[in-house]
Amino acid sequence: MTDKRILSVSAIKNGTVIDHIPANSLFKVISILELDKLDTQMTFGTNFISKKLGQKALIKISNKFFEDAEIDKIALVAPEAKLNIIEDYQVIEKRDVEVPDKIVGIVKCMNPNCVTNNENVLTKFDVISKKEVTLKCCYCEKITDQDHLKII
Amino acid sequence: MKNKSLISINDYTPEELLKIIDIAGEFEKNPVQDILRGKVIATLFFEPSTRTRLSFESAVNRLGGRIIGFTDASSSSVKKGESLKDTIRTVSNYSDLIVMRHPLDGSARYASEVATVPVVNAGDGANQHPTQCLLDLFSIKKTQGTLENLNIFLVGDLKYGRTVHSLLMAMSNFNPTFNFISPEELRIPNEYKLFLDKKGIKYYEHLDFSDIISKADIVYMTRIQRERFSDPMEYEKVKNSYVLHNYMLKDTKDNLKILHPLPRVNEISEDVDENEKAYYFTQALNGVFTRQAIISSILGLK
Repeated sequence: MTDKRILSVSAIKNGTVIDHIPANSLFKVISILELDKLDTQMTFGTNFISKKLGQKALIKISNKFFEDAEIDKIALVAPEAKLNIIEDYQVIEKRDVEVPDKIVGIVKCMNPNCVTNNENVLTKFDVISKKEVTLKCCYCEKITDQDHLKII
Repeated sequence: MKNKSLISINDYTPEELLKIIDIAGEFEKNPVQDILRGKVIATLFFEPSTRTRLSFESAVNRLGGRIIGFTDASSSSVKKGESLKDTIRTVSNYSDLIVMRHPLDGSARYASEVATVPVVNAGDGANQHPTQCLLDLFSIKKTQGTLENLNIFLVGDLKYGRTVHSLLMAMSNFNPTFNFISPEELRIPNEYKLFLDKKGIKYYEHLDFSDIISKADIVYMTRIQRERFSDPMEYEKVKNSYVLHNYMLKDTKDNLKILHPLPRVNEISEDVDENEKAYYFTQALNGVFTRQAIISSILGLK
C-alpha cells in the first residue's frame, strides 16, 4: 500500500476495495452491486488520474466480501476493475472481474419488440462473447452487443 | 418430452425432432383417436392466425380433446389491461396445455416460465414458430425418405422469414447443402452464415435460381413483402425473379418437392399446383399430424 492516491482515501481495516473503475461507471457499479442498500461504512472516490483509464473511480467497503457471481456483474461496465480483499489493513487477495456466463437483470434488451421491453419481465441473457461483450436474450433470442448495451 | 414446453426449435435435440416426426407418421395413418378425451387445450391467440389456429384445433378435435380460448386479443381481458402473466396464470388453472400466439418476441418463453402447464409456441412475434418447423421437417422426411444430405433451396425473403431461419437451424443437424436465393436487400443474415461456417455446412448465395434448380431436392418458397423494401422501385425490379413457374420444373429431379409455409400470394404461379412436385397443400395437412404428435408427446400420451 505505497500508492498515495489510494491512501488519500482513508484505509479500511476489513473489507473490499474495488479499484480501476472507469469514472463514468461509478454510479452504475453502485447500482449494480446495490451498495445503496448496505449499512456498512463506504467511501467512494472518483476522477482520480489513472494511466490506464484516464480518470478512474474507486470504492472501499468495510466488512463486506462479495461472492464471485455477485461481483462479476460489474465486469459489464468496469471490465478493468481490480478487487483487493482487505483483512487487518493488509491486502490478502487481489483479483480481476470476469464477465459471467449469464446476466440476469442489469442490461436492457435492444429489441424494442422483446417481451422484456413491453411486460414487467426481468431481462435474462446468455453471454455469447466476453471480449466484445455480446449477449443473447433468453426470451426473444436477439443479440445485444457492446455498442447497444444499456444498463437498466 | 413429457411436460416440456415447446418454445424454440432449438429446444429439441435431433433425436427428439426425429421422435416427433415418427409419431406424426403414426397419426397420419390413424388420425382419429380418442386419446385426448377429458383433456382441455387452451388456444390463446393474442393476434389472429386463422391457419395455425384451425390446424391446432383440428388436431385436438380429432383426438377427442376439448378447446377453450380466444381468437384475438380484442375479445380477451388483455383489452382491459391484464398482464400476460396474469392471463397465463389464470388459464393454467383451466387447461392441461396452452397453445399461444403472441405479437411480442420472447412472449412464449416468458409464458412457459409463469405457466403451471406446458406451453406450445404457435408464433411469438418475429422470433419462433417451432410447430411450423416440425411440420416442414415431417414433410421433408416423408417425401425424401430421410433428412440427411439433402440439397435445400430457400427462396424469397431470407432476412425476415422466421420459418426459413428455424428450418435452417433444424436441418443443420442433418448435413444439408443450402442454396439461398434472394434479392440483395433480403439476404440471409450474417449470424446464420457464421453458424453454418462453424458447423462446416456448405451453402451458396444466388440472386436468381432458374439455372440451378435442377440440383434441388427441396425448394422452400417464401413470400416477398413489398413493405420490406426501403425503395419501392427495388421491389418492382426484383419481384418477378422469385416467382416459380411450372415450366421451370421441367428438368428438375424426380424427388424434388416444392414447399411453402402459406399463405401464398403470387410467388408460386397457379400452374404449378397440378404438378406432382407441388407439395404445399399436403404440407399444410401434415401440420395437423405434427401438432397431434407434439401435443400428445408433451402430455405423455405417446
